[in-house]
Amino acid sequence: MSTAESIPMRSFRVLTGVVLITWLVLPLIPLAIWSFARGWFYPDLLPKTWTLRAWEYAMSDTAGVLDSLWLTIGISLAATVLSILVGVPAGRALGMYKFRGKEIVELMILAPTIVPGIAVVLGIHSVFISMGLNNTVWGVILVHLIPTLPYMVLVMSGIFANYDPAFEAQARSLGASPLKTFWYVTLPAIRPGIIVGGLFAFLVSWSQYILTLLIGGGRVETLPLLLFNFATAGRNDITGAIGMIYILPGIIILLLTAKHLSGRSGAVGGFGQI
Amino acid sequence: MTHVSIKELTKVYPGATTPSLDRLSLEIPTGELTALLGPSGCGKTTTMKMIAGLLEPTSGDVTFDGRSVLRDKPEDRGVVMVFQNYLLFPYMSVADNVGFGLKMRKKDPAEIKRRVGEMLELVKLPDLGDRKPSALSGGQQQRVALARALIVQPNVLLLDEPLSNLDAHLRFEMRDLIRSLQQEMGITTIFVTHDQEEAVVLADRVALILDGQMKQYDRADVFYKRPIDEATARFFGGHNFIPGTSDGHVFDCALGKLSLPEGATTGAGKLTFRPENVRIGAGPDAQNALTSTIAEVIYLGTQTRLKLRVGETEVDAVVNPNEIESYAVGDTLPIHLPSATLWVI
Repeated sequence: MSTAESIPMRSFRVLTGVVLITWLVLPLIPLAIWSFARGWFYPDLLPKTWTLRAWEYAMSDTAGVLDSLWLTIGISLAATVLSILVGVPAGRALGMYKFRGKEIVELMILAPTIVPGIAVVLGIHSVFISMGLNNTVWGVILVHLIPTLPYMVLVMSGIFANYDPAFEAQARSLGASPLKTFWYVTLPAIRPGIIVGGLFAFLVSWSQYILTLLIGGGRVETLPLLLFNFATAGRNDITGAIGMIYILPGIIILLLTAKHLSGRSGAVGGFGQI
Repeated sequence: MTHVSIKELTKVYPGATTPSLDRLSLEIPTGELTALLGPSGCGKTTTMKMIAGLLEPTSGDVTFDGRSVLRDKPEDRGVVMVFQNYLLFPYMSVADNVGFGLKMRKKDPAEIKRRVGEMLELVKLPDLGDRKPSALSGGQQQRVALARALIVQPNVLLLDEPLSNLDAHLRFEMRDLIRSLQQEMGITTIFVTHDQEEAVVLADRVALILDGQMKQYDRADVFYKRPIDEATARFFGGHNFIPGTSDGHVFDCALGKLSLPEGATTGAGKLTFRPENVRIGAGPDAQNALTSTIAEVIYLGTQTRLKLRVGETEVDAVVNPNEIESYAVGDTLPIHLPSATLWVI
């Protein structure tokens, strides 16, 4: 950070910080308070009595929060791995090669970020029913790829646009097989993209609601679905506790990728400095 | 250790109408250092990539010791290519870069370590093994790239513009290093360059490629003494081309009747001679003696170029720069052209 920063620049930074914190962190505070409150009513500034009841319930077997947590982690991990497997080659094709119809392919891949998922998922639902994929975890994982892939492909095509394939030719010439070339030469070069894109994919999958609800048919109950149930039932205390659990991966991932997103290198190394 | 032979090698890139390389044939004897010389885009890097197996030829063949290698994968050919921009793997240390080829050949880590040490010693970078390539200068990077290629003891070594990215003072150092390592290890080596000087100082033999076709393949000095045509002579800095007719012994042209060396071609053609072979003075036996007028004197530091007029014909000559005071525009200057230095194309 430069020490010779002008005063307006400095106050602008402080202002941005304040706005961001107000926006991102403040809404979470009532959520946290609610999870420890036994009733919290206007005009009290803080709840009159504090309790761990909501947390006890959330952690108990009857609530199914933990089962749901593991299921959500599993679905998001699977969707992430599949996104990487599809996104890396797709990103390479889009980032490195010129081919006929490239613009159309790019548009199709980005379309899910523009078109509402619900418009697409109704059609997919009937296809999945005929394939027996509705109401299954695999069906949910597959449908999560619709919103996760655009992020993965976009990040990877950016990485590959700045990638020099001559390094691969050099490795082959030095005696590396195609597989070893990928492992020793290509992978280290694209690793930051895989990490950032993968974490994005994980978070996008993690926060899916409509797609999971429709394809899972209510039988695949991920954390957002569970959260919604308690929220609509008016159980603010339990909603608060589950909500706290729910936002945890987002915070961890934000800390992990902060360095990368700010343009400094060292994919996961940044964690140690926080 | 490998005799490389290229037969009618042709490459037409998809969508291109003219071939990038048109039926190139070349014999590169075992252990020789050969330059593929030509302007950028003449197809020389294309040729290299096809020898290395990184590019598939449209037609033609590449054989090593008589055996076609076109079906061999690049990693199985025993050919290592050193690219112009060195392409050191940025995520690996210098030592890991140099040892890469041995690691791919599943050598024992202790042996790799020992041979990497030896190799870095050989390219005079013994203490830089732990550095990252980005911490090295251009010349050091090139030496690491060379070490990385030589450590696998390739049958054929390909170098892409090996001296062009180096400062003038490093070029001779690198030239000597490449030359001595190549001689020591006896590796058949092919390098491409657009710089005739680079080709001349480094190579045993030079193949000149213009417009995708081979013009001439010879020892370097032949390109100066016996160029095959005007384009070849011009590529090597030739300036004097005087039209006329030859009967095999005498060339009849605007300069008069000049006697030719043995073996000159007959019929209509152009007389060519190097500017540095134009001698000042009438000469001992007055053979091919001419009288010229100085039209221009150009000082070039290590030499002085004179533009002379013989009648209506312009003749380029090069003289010692220390004698620049003795030449003035408008002076009459007797010159002669030793017949051994003349050539008809």
